[in-house]
Amino acid sequence: MDLDSKIPAGPLPEKWTRHKNNLKLVSPANKRKFTLLVVGTGLAGSSAAASLSEIGYKVKIFCINDTPRRAHSISAQGGINAAKNYPNDGDSVERLFYDTIKGGDFRSREANVYRMAELSNVIIDQCVAQGVPFAREYSGYLANLSFGGAQVSRTFYARGQTGQQLLLGAYSALMKEVVRGGVEVHTRCEMQDIVLIDGKAKGIVVRDLVSGKIESYAGDAVILATGGYSNVFYLSTNAKSGNLSAAWRTHKKGAYFANPCFTQIHPTSIPAKGEYQSKLTLMSESLRNDGRIWVPMQKGDTREPNQIPEKERDYYLERKYPAFGNLMPRDIASRAAKEVCDGGRGVGPTGQAVYLDFADALERLGQDTLKERYGNLFEIYERITDRNAYEEPMTIFPAPHYTMGGLWVDYNLMSTIPGLFAIGEVNFSDHGANRLGASALMQGLTDGYFILPYTIAEYLADETPGEFSVGHEEFKAVEQAVAENIKKILSIKGRRTVNQIHRELGMLLWENCGISRSRAGLKEAAEKIPALREEFWENAVVGGSADDLNQSLEKALRVADYLEFAELIVGDALHREESCGGHFRTEYQTDESEAKRNDKEFCYVAAWEFNNDDGFVLHKEELTFEHINLGERKY
Amino acid sequence: MAEKINLILKIWRQKNRDDKGHFSEYEARDIDKDMSFLEMLDIVNDKLIVEGKEPIAVDSDCLEGICGTCGAMVNGQPHGPQRGSALCQLHVRHFKNNDVLVIEPFRSRAFELIKDLVVDRSAFDRIIAAGGYISVKTGSAPEANFIPVSKETADLAMDAAACIGCGACVAACPNASAMLFTAAKISHLVLLPQGQLEKKRRTREMVKQMDLEGFGNCSNLYECEAVCPKKIKVSNIARLNREYLRAVR
Repeated sequence: MDLDSKIPAGPLPEKWTRHKNNLKLVSPANKRKFTLLVVGTGLAGSSAAASLSEIGYKVKIFCINDTPRRAHSISAQGGINAAKNYPNDGDSVERLFYDTIKGGDFRSREANVYRMAELSNVIIDQCVAQGVPFAREYSGYLANLSFGGAQVSRTFYARGQTGQQLLLGAYSALMKEVVRGGVEVHTRCEMQDIVLIDGKAKGIVVRDLVSGKIESYAGDAVILATGGYSNVFYLSTNAKSGNLSAAWRTHKKGAYFANPCFTQIHPTSIPAKGEYQSKLTLMSESLRNDGRIWVPMQKGDTREPNQIPEKERDYYLERKYPAFGNLMPRDIASRAAKEVCDGGRGVGPTGQAVYLDFADALERLGQDTLKERYGNLFEIYERITDRNAYEEPMTIFPAPHYTMGGLWVDYNLMSTIPGLFAIGEVNFSDHGANRLGASALMQGLTDGYFILPYTIAEYLADETPGEFSVGHEEFKAVEQAVAENIKKILSIKGRRTVNQIHRELGMLLWENCGISRSRAGLKEAAEKIPALREEFWENAVVGGSADDLNQSLEKALRVADYLEFAELIVGDALHREESCGGHFRTEYQTDESEAKRNDKEFCYVAAWEFNNDDGFVLHKEELTFEHINLGERKY
Repeated sequence: MAEKINLILKIWRQKNRDDKGHFSEYEARDIDKDMSFLEMLDIVNDKLIVEGKEPIAVDSDCLEGICGTCGAMVNGQPHGPQRGSALCQLHVRHFKNNDVLVIEPFRSRAFELIKDLVVDRSAFDRIIAAGGYISVKTGSAPEANFIPVSKETADLAMDAAACIGCGACVAACPNASAMLFTAAKISHLVLLPQGQLEKKRRTREMVKQMDLEGFGNCSNLYECEAVCPKKIKVSNIARLNREYLRAVR
């Protein structure tokens, strides 16, 4: 199948407006005949469901949590970007667009990114109207911060809880539609598979996580808003329940998976403590507005940080990148941290950490101001480490955080399965090989509030609403396959816990497909994954029953999918013989140890097709840059 | 290497809503003091799974105190002894070797038990659905800086909006009241100029739903504020009462 990105013609700044004017419409009388199934209630899913219901569609929304408000978007700390230019520091849609393209190391689509930048401002308007309590100046007007990869202040924030406040805004918009009768919410429900009829997405099969019942839902389109796959690494900053399964099952039914190896390792997370560690906790990028990152000049310096004099410290980001300093994009900041730790200058008990120091900011701003800006982050840090970051520097280390790769979608956000849409982190479209800070919230909400409600009509206008019911034989066949898979996984009677196997997979990927990747390491991982998968199916222990709340079963089903997906992420990393953004191949670096792109051979989106006989088959969507020049990514 | 301790856990086990339920005792041995409370439970659960026994059902997700999924009573206190934090932020270092921990679900008539430590808090969703929003449709918002909001007001609104909907306030209250939860949302929205138009209907409807769900009245003991992981103040309840009087007049 040829990949048609459906990017509209015309000059970049006019593409979206022209496209909107040309999109098909569904009349209000017909909208209510269509049922749309939304999976996931994070920023993208909730905002889409609320907006689609407002304009008249019937919506059913599903989440694995006990309420839609708990989706992982809630954990986003720092902020959301928009090109409002309130600070009068020279920002514009064009600049936000350019920073995002450059931040993604020129591996995203110009047209998608421009549209996101263009829509960023109405997101802020919408959220303020919903009552999102963004930070304000004493004047009563909205306040801004700076984030990595930008030289302007364009980030809006609500203390260190911006994701929470935006999600609660979207959740309240959703609940408003629930009471109006436009949206039906199904909580504690996990999508197990998609149902295709004549090649089109016509429904889903879910497992009710409380009763264990396998149930079908028919719809005229399926919208996945299920987030990213950082949890493939076992230890990540993502919430524990986040998983790839819904997206993976659609991939196995025909949805291409794009750029799986583009994963983001966030530079500032609280370092791991021991074997038992179940998750890592992020310290927001916003801290880098006022915190300075450093390590000792000398290898193996074991003095307490406050005992190390100024001239014996290496503020390595400020030294290497004076124009951006501590606000370097995440991929570069993470690599720099790994480099100093590999060089023996890491700190903390394991030597796998660097300092994030607020001493200067304390002197400049005082504790009250710092507390106001970052109080909750300092508190989270204290809860976990038992240390007071007002008195000594934080210790931090990179951790898997976000995944730029995801289901391939066209400009209308539709996947290669007609009728299956993917919005938010689960799609691949806007962040290229590295996402800038405060851009995930922007993307999730533009997709959900302002793009999908327009573009979905283009597909629905040619469909007959309510054509198939759950009585159709395809639903029965998928239900049966789902039940069999569950039965099979429960029948493994081995000795190793699912957690142990998942941890082993995570370590394998972290070491060979993490911050830096080499041909030898990737090949080694590719060899070990099938054996680990075999180990899982022979020697895992799951326990419990299928017709009950069984958290061990839920985990096992997700890990089984990660064990398949791991091969794709490694295969993609192996095939992309260049370094770009978060994908750093040690064989391809500049003299200054920076990522070296190969635009001649790899300026494309790698979209993988699942093929039972031939393994994963590569399809290329060439990236063309009409508006900007493909330049070296220099900071 | 961090110090290791042993703990004795008395955990409420209940197969489902209809089961009678009972306490079971477990030993958690060689627990690293830097471990979180939930990581300690992971170890107990992994052992149960390997032994072919039913693991303890417990809800958690973000493990950084913001999603509101986790929650249980530890020695009679919602989220355990540490103030201003959710269960997932509680660490073993707050306990001593051989301490006995009694672990129970959040109990309230309005929170039906699902299994072991897992309860159904969907009553909170229905309270929000009754009116906990500003009814602005996508696309109809004015320019964000069109209405200035004083910093003091925005900060107060943010204090109330920080609620994570965990239900600790209900679990702590002898009357199992949801007043703090409801008041936090009503305060957040009524403090802001955008929330003015719908405030009477919102207050009436949310309070009505709160009563319908079977939550009790405020017991005036301020236990809710004491256990709230986000330190939401009972002054919000005073604001709710004032708004309610205005709304029903």
